[in-house]
Amino acid sequence: MKHLLSAADLSRDEALGILDTAARMHAIQTREVKKLPPLRGRTVVNLFFEDSTRTRSSFEIAGKWLSADVINVSAKGSSVSKGESLRDTALTVAAMGVDALVVRHNASGAVQRIAQWVDCAVVNAGDGTHEHPTQALLDAYTLRGRLGPIEGRHVVIVGDITHSRVARSNVLLLNTLGARVTLVAPPTLMPSGVASWPCTTSWDLDEALCGKAHGDVDAVMMLRVQHERMDGGYFASAHEYAATYGLSPRRLDYLGEGVPVLHPGPMNRGLEISSAAADGAHSVVLDQVQAGVAVRMAVLYTLLAGGEEVAV
Amino acid sequence: MTLRAAVEPGSGAIVLSAADVSRTIDRMAHQIIENLDPAAAVLMGIPTRGVPLAKRLAARIEVFCGKLMPVGSLDITLYRDDLKLRGVRPLGETVEPEGGITAKTVVLVDDVLFSGRSTRAALDALSELGRPSAVQLAVLVDRGHRQLPIRADYVGKNVPTSSGQSVRVRLAELDGEDCVSVVEA
Repeated sequence: MKHLLSAADLSRDEALGILDTAARMHAIQTREVKKLPPLRGRTVVNLFFEDSTRTRSSFEIAGKWLSADVINVSAKGSSVSKGESLRDTALTVAAMGVDALVVRHNASGAVQRIAQWVDCAVVNAGDGTHEHPTQALLDAYTLRGRLGPIEGRHVVIVGDITHSRVARSNVLLLNTLGARVTLVAPPTLMPSGVASWPCTTSWDLDEALCGKAHGDVDAVMMLRVQHERMDGGYFASAHEYAATYGLSPRRLDYLGEGVPVLHPGPMNRGLEISSAAADGAHSVVLDQVQAGVAVRMAVLYTLLAGGEEVAV
Repeated sequence: MTLRAAVEPGSGAIVLSAADVSRTIDRMAHQIIENLDPAAAVLMGIPTRGVPLAKRLAARIEVFCGKLMPVGSLDITLYRDDLKLRGVRPLGETVEPEGGITAKTVVLVDDVLFSGRSTRAALDALSELGRPSAVQLAVLVDRGHRQLPIRADYVGKNVPTSSGQSVRVRLAELDGEDCVSVVEA
């Protein structure tokens, strides 16, 4: 495995290998000395063309705890703002002898293009509305921590599917790991090609959570309504969206005990998720953040620590 | 004459049978008791097969002297100097023994001592967990060919080998039987 561009790149064994490695890395986080040596002398560049706090900082911490040198390049204040092309920027950074580029870009497919141009490993840290594979891995890690093996589980993903790279990566990875996924969104926020995704869809949250499937839901993932990517009216009002697709205290009561509620953050409280859901016993939002560092350590370790695969 | 009916093809020449393995572990347990105070020492097994060996040593030490030696495991993968020479390796589990390792005598336990590089990595890994008062090394088999200035304090059996051979240790906990054999590569 040279790059991590899509959750679909991962076989079941590769995905489980990363999750197992992440569990080992997680155990190290409770130690007094968190620094580990395997990426000593390696350089990782976080190349972020779009704002990010948790993804960028968790990749930075992950790299540093594995002893890599980590450099952050953000588009603001770089030569990108002077009009440099994507290709030139990527090649310029890669030419400095870096071992991995961790790239976020607001255009879908930009990270895949960069991977074709450079020689180093490329990790997709989110490209437009396309994919965010490390988020899917940390969600799977969090689910595994709460539920045990993911195979056979049923996960309901609710909200702005159209603009969500998290949803697509999660559907692909959860499918690889043997879980069933139901997507719930208003028709305007359900992507047009969703029929070809390995999941079922619904427009009715109450039906999905407590209809005939009641008691069959193992986890609920709420997605952020991405105002910044919306160019028109996708729903009548915030109030109406919250009433029909928000995880309200009433809907929270449908969920069985121990059914985790996930949210990739940042949360719009009162819109897609109520404070009762975000802060209550079901919420695993902070577990997700903590898993982020361990999972990204596992990804960097898997891509960079080994040498060429040699048949033994 | 011993019957070796159950030897599968390719399993090589047996150097320790199941009975030999348990006798050897008993002898090493006695040596450890003679050499140090089990109350102020811990056993740290190096995954994979060092861990069950450390547990067996602790069980025998308890039988022989009535003192319980805490057992831990120490994964050395991240500290190896040959990570780049192979594909990515899965990580083993590191478990600190009860009471930690600081100011204790730590006995590292591994199945085979060969180049000494694993032991060097283990010393690095150990220093992240605390500061032991002393570190010793117990191995079931010493096969020679050291590449670093490292020696074992407790050796189950010295097995002369050529560098082309490999030593295969099988333990009941992981492999269903106790057996050490030398296999031609």
